[in-house]
Amino acid sequence: MSETTLGGIAGRMPKFIRRADPAVLTAFACIVLLLFLGSLYSRSFLSPEYLLQQLKVASFLGVIATGMMLVILLGQIDLSVPWSVAAGAMMACAAAAYGPVGVVLAIPFGIFCGVLIGIVNGIGVAYLRIPSMIITLATNAVAQGLMVVYTGGFSPQDSATGAMRYLATGFAIPGVPNAVIIWALIGAAMVFVLTRAGFGRTVYGIGNRERAAYLSGVDTRRVVMIAFAVSGGLSAFGGVLLAGYASKAAQSMGDAYLLPSIAAVVLGGTSILGGRGSYLGTVAGVILITLLQSILSVMQMPEAGRQIIYGVVIVAMLLLYGRAPASR
Amino acid sequence: MKDWRYWLAEQRGTLLALGIFIVMFIIYTSNHPAGFTANVVQTAANKGVLLAFVAMAQTLVVITAGIDLSVGMIFLLTNCLASWLVVGTPMQTTLGVIAVLAVGLLCGAINGAIVIYGRLQPIVATIATGAVYYGIGLLLRPFPGGSVNEDLADAMTGRVFDVVPASLVVLFGIVLVIWVPFSRSVLGRAAYAAGSSETAAYMSGVPIRRGKFAAYTLAGLLAAIGGLFLTFFTYTGDAAYASGNAYTLFSIAAVVLGGVSLFGGKGSAIGAIFGALAFRTIGDLLFVFDFDPLWQPLFQGVILLIAVSLGAFALFRVRNRLEWFL
Repeated sequence: MSETTLGGIAGRMPKFIRRADPAVLTAFACIVLLLFLGSLYSRSFLSPEYLLQQLKVASFLGVIATGMMLVILLGQIDLSVPWSVAAGAMMACAAAAYGPVGVVLAIPFGIFCGVLIGIVNGIGVAYLRIPSMIITLATNAVAQGLMVVYTGGFSPQDSATGAMRYLATGFAIPGVPNAVIIWALIGAAMVFVLTRAGFGRTVYGIGNRERAAYLSGVDTRRVVMIAFAVSGGLSAFGGVLLAGYASKAAQSMGDAYLLPSIAAVVLGGTSILGGRGSYLGTVAGVILITLLQSILSVMQMPEAGRQIIYGVVIVAMLLLYGRAPASR
Repeated sequence: MKDWRYWLAEQRGTLLALGIFIVMFIIYTSNHPAGFTANVVQTAANKGVLLAFVAMAQTLVVITAGIDLSVGMIFLLTNCLASWLVVGTPMQTTLGVIAVLAVGLLCGAINGAIVIYGRLQPIVATIATGAVYYGIGLLLRPFPGGSVNEDLADAMTGRVFDVVPASLVVLFGIVLVIWVPFSRSVLGRAAYAAGSSETAAYMSGVPIRRGKFAAYTLAGLLAAIGGLFLTFFTYTGDAAYASGNAYTLFSIAAVVLGGVSLFGGKGSAIGAIFGALAFRTIGDLLFVFDFDPLWQPLFQGVILLIAVSLGAFALFRVRNRLEWFL
């Protein structure tokens, strides 16, 4: 099935195909397969309204996965996503309670809190040389503790501001949800940074071999720190959008985004060891994960079954093309 | 000559963890309203032992320079399973315990197979398998409930000769039966060697794959023992996502406090046990000083952050700046 699909596209766009990563093509093939399976289950699956709705849901994950990708390209990982998302959302909602100034500053303040978490991660990874997996888990725990203390153990009563709701659910261009536009803008910026800007090249360089990048005169530690700050900020922005979508912030709202954001990046062909991967793959991964979630919920699969299928699909796809070379 | 100095250097991390634990425990009991009584020790031991088992599990994997982010979920899954199986007559209960331990072994073996023979990165692979284990646990127990053989549970959480907490005795037994033989066997040496330098170990013909596989599998078993004990303490099975995540997180904190190097090849499960006991005691210090329990997550997070930042002191020993980037 995927062979014939690939052949068909290759016939039309040979140059695009020749440069494409097999992992990205596999991810897109899986998207087509999922759409096909979904359409067998329900006719409305291929309707434009439904697909647009999926794209809108995907854009929240897309924003978060963009930051995750930047960090994974460095060969690091950001496990502080759950509470960066929650902190961004909760702090933005909290700021809105402080009068008109608070309402205006709500979104920037939420993002700022995420950037702060990211900077702590970045200092730990880049300057203190603590493994990213460990320090991000620790900052995640600290962020959780801060939020629990702040809210007194309950979800905050503050609801999202009008601007947040507009960003997440409004339509600036008729027919295209704002969330999708935001994801497109952030994605375009990311593509520009990764492929055209010096910063992006150093990110790939550090991901391949940090020593080599350092010896080439790159201030690798600063680059790593900025990447973590951006990742934290984007996670928090994702949280702000989610709060706008649900019109309020909740404590555990970020839990559902850690595994999907890593999975989307890795399924999109970005090497977990760093230094290799394209944003197109991440887009494919995000859409793939969102469609998978959507089909499972349309089938009324309970949470337990969803988690199992999720884990199995991720392991299976990684076994297909995410394996490390054999030691010899 | 000077054998004891080598021993001291080797055990420095473990002894440091023991020291931290003793100091913290003295502060804890001396401020506890009931003081240093068998009851206080028993409660503290029961809480600490849960984390100690999970931390031992994490140690085995961390020694191979890997990480197991699914230990907390194996712990939950076996807790849910035990709340179904460890009931009834002594015979049924025994079979139930064996079944629960076997499931733990299987979970660990699956992790090991995926990481070693599937050649996937431990972080991503164990996050994904953790989701699967959590899903199965949730299938078993969509709502908290179930029961356990209360005679066994009370025996395991009670006191031996009215003085020593039974859970500590079991912990000691498990160390003797699992950790000591493993760390002295060829497989255990292979796990250490793989963590220290996988290429060198491979070149020297050390059975690194079997060693790592044994480490992951035994980690599953130890997490399952932890899950059994959780059932003994709570009498119920509960697939609480936050609790599984917290145990995974705390196991890493305990391992770090226990002097096990996260880069692999260094440390011991005994250190991790003291690390776990110390971490639990520090977390409970808040209660004896009458702080609002709301502050506990933040307090534990900060301890974790400080514990992992301690590793940064190694930077002062770096002679060449290139050693920053390993």
